[in-house]
Amino acid sequence: MITLKINGKEHTVDTDPTMPLLWVIRDIIGFTGTKYGCGKGLCGACMVLMDGNAINSCQMPVSVVQGKELITIEGETENLQLLQKSWAELNVPQCGFCQSGQLITATALLNNNPNPSETDIDNNMIRNICRCGTYPRIKSAINHSVELKNKG
Amino acid sequence: MGSIKNISRRGFIKGIGLASGGLVIASSTSLLSSFTTTDIEVLEFNPNLFVQLNSDGSLILVASRSEMGQGIRTSLTSVIADEMEANWDKVIIKQATGDTKYGNQNTDGSRSIRTLYQKMRQMGATVKSVLITAAAKSWNVPESECKAENHFILHSSGKKIAFGDLVEIAKGLEVPKKVKLKSPKDFKYIGKTLPSKDVENLSNGSAIFGLDKRLPNMKFAAIKRCPVALGAVKSFDKTEILKINGVIDVIEVPSIIRPFGSLGGVAVIATNTWAAFKGRDALKVEWDYGKNKSYNSENFMNNITENIHKTGHVEKSIGSVDDAFKKTNKAIEATYQLPHLAHTPMEVPNAVAYAKGDTCEIWAPIQAPQAARREVAKLLNTDQANVTINVTFLGGGFGRKSKPDYIVEAAAVSKAINGPVQVVWSREDDIQHSYYHTVSAQYMKGGLDKNGNVNSWLHRFALPTIGSTFKPGSNLPQPWEAKSATDLPYDIPNMQVETCKADAHVRIGWLRSVINIPHSFAINSFADELAHEAGMDALEFRLNLIGDDRIQQTKDKYKYDTAKLKNVLKTAAKNAGWGKKLPKGHAIGLAVHYSFYSHVAAAVEVSIIDGKVKVHHVHMAIDCGTTINKDTVIAQMQGSVIFGMSLAFYGKITAKDGAIEQSNFHDYQMIRMPNAPEIHVDIIKSNNKPTGVGEPGVPVIAPALVNAIFKATGKRYRSLPLSDHGLV
Repeated sequence: MITLKINGKEHTVDTDPTMPLLWVIRDIIGFTGTKYGCGKGLCGACMVLMDGNAINSCQMPVSVVQGKELITIEGETENLQLLQKSWAELNVPQCGFCQSGQLITATALLNNNPNPSETDIDNNMIRNICRCGTYPRIKSAINHSVELKNKG
Repeated sequence: MGSIKNISRRGFIKGIGLASGGLVIASSTSLLSSFTTTDIEVLEFNPNLFVQLNSDGSLILVASRSEMGQGIRTSLTSVIADEMEANWDKVIIKQATGDTKYGNQNTDGSRSIRTLYQKMRQMGATVKSVLITAAAKSWNVPESECKAENHFILHSSGKKIAFGDLVEIAKGLEVPKKVKLKSPKDFKYIGKTLPSKDVENLSNGSAIFGLDKRLPNMKFAAIKRCPVALGAVKSFDKTEILKINGVIDVIEVPSIIRPFGSLGGVAVIATNTWAAFKGRDALKVEWDYGKNKSYNSENFMNNITENIHKTGHVEKSIGSVDDAFKKTNKAIEATYQLPHLAHTPMEVPNAVAYAKGDTCEIWAPIQAPQAARREVAKLLNTDQANVTINVTFLGGGFGRKSKPDYIVEAAAVSKAINGPVQVVWSREDDIQHSYYHTVSAQYMKGGLDKNGNVNSWLHRFALPTIGSTFKPGSNLPQPWEAKSATDLPYDIPNMQVETCKADAHVRIGWLRSVINIPHSFAINSFADELAHEAGMDALEFRLNLIGDDRIQQTKDKYKYDTAKLKNVLKTAAKNAGWGKKLPKGHAIGLAVHYSFYSHVAAAVEVSIIDGKVKVHHVHMAIDCGTTINKDTVIAQMQGSVIFGMSLAFYGKITAKDGAIEQSNFHDYQMIRMPNAPEIHVDIIKSNNKPTGVGEPGVPVIAPALVNAIFKATGKRYRSLPLSDHGLV
């Protein structure tokens, strides 16, 4: 039995300890906001927050994340909600499939760096692929969130 | 076109129960009234359900096309809402299932708005007209004294009644035979920026893509397919696989030789996706590799390149290129080579199927729900009425999801296991078993007179045709696959387009902007080469080449307009600062192309830093006729730039011994944020009929980029991707 703390709630699952967190979240627990994109940690669609940092959940055996504070796109944390608001305001998503991962990576960025430079944004968001090409809007929405936060 | 007389008199209003208590307006649209003769429309005449007004004022509008990021759910329904004078906040969008009663639902060819704009306007106008009649009746006043505004009918006396309160009366009324459409100056939503109805769900994880569909007791399946296209299973051993924790069964999936049939293979059924993948990866299968097993894409490129240096089949000829080349002052030649591409939508192909007896229900991300319905019915040997195709959100499509082969697989597996199943393709499956964008070789020869004018133009190309997917053995491009070469909007007295043979060894399919990718690359690159040879400014040269203002001589309802082409080119160039001083080492390249009936130009500004290309700015100009949602057009242009850059930088699928060599995003790379340029979009104002938006931005990017690199470095790159040249 493995106990996971996801979005502030405990989930106990009876599963292979080597199963990647992504599939435990999606297929066992049933939160489908976290996406499968490549299964190799290359595209960032599966990002979740682990103790505030963005990790590729497709690369993380579920046994490793026991006791960690996990937050998915369905979760609540200040920077995530702020970014989601900007995402809507700037009409960021096209197909939307990668956006869970983009938002989680951006949340981790703001958690660790409240005033990121353009280069900081690039260097963090490089982990996520958007095939629709929403990068310019993602960048604007991150900057917009920072402005909102700084305005208080 | 689009006049009221096309509205069917069979239109009717009655409560036919999308929900109780609702007024359902069902209007008929004739598919014969389709704008263009080149579309493959279903020539049927069926009643369609698009509008349901509820007595609480909520308004359900049906989107009949699939949402894959192009904003179509919002665009289509906003057109109905505008004509209806509805309050956008009251609108709820309902996704249509796959059913011919909605008319053609193929979400491809950048044609949803183009073919449905007038029809959706008529839907809205018809409802508005009925509501005015209902209000006039209830007040006992002439209809001419009533008008609709923001979800109310207003009377000249000042009294008003909410749309929802008119449902009871409206239900009993006849549909008007004539309705008047709004004047464009009165549009409230059309042409403005309207927020997407789906933006919040797409930002909080709650939008349901195909991959997110869950049914009670649903199993997950991964399929091992033959590494060589259209190979077949000889034998397999499931003993070890069944021991894997979570694996339930291992079964053969039939190979169905149809354009959208399943490739066939061996499916591992499991309680979760990971176990299915794990079992599938460990499974050993003996294959009959079939006739494509010697396919080697490098040799193939050499072969088709040889072919294009011999005379081909003449698709179009004006004047005499042979005579002109004999007399010309200066002739130049160039050969362009482009590889196969895969679509790689972020959401891999997948489908949930639940076959029960004679019936089957599907939940899938699909651009062609009616084709899916047809194929599943055929597979299960049942009536189409027994098959329900629920269209989920699509995590990208780009043409991959217009082929429902993965849905056929899911239906076959569901039938075999007698229960609900989700078939999931891994990213490796997606890259290695696609319907690839064609590989191409193109030979260009152009002659310049002593004044630097182009007097002759020969364009000869070879590429495996999409027709080969539908008619195995086809090895010459179909006429529509030559169109973007034969429709050359240049004023050249001697011009010839030839096609050469090329066999297909993988499934060939549509990819965003399709044949325009190779043609625009060759045409725009070669025009730039000619400008250089002529010693002229590339913009001025190109404007001369396009020549006087004229409309294309064609039977098509849509025609290119050289004035528009020149306008978008000048606009993009001007916005980019063409002719002005640029930062040191920077250079701008231009391209202009007419596709999907839209006129688009790009000006790409690059510099070379430590031998690597950096794209700083891309200025896009598009004339797509009437704009429905301004922000959507901007988004599609932004997306086209990134999509075009991805294929220019990295796009290359290769095959060895029949098997695709790339497997995931490490060896089939995409543009990421640090490489994304600043993108500027200029939409030309127009009241003309709306034309394509989703695709026509793509073809101009790669050639504008190589033209910019040439200007910056003096080096001409005639093949892609740039990663092959060490530039990225």
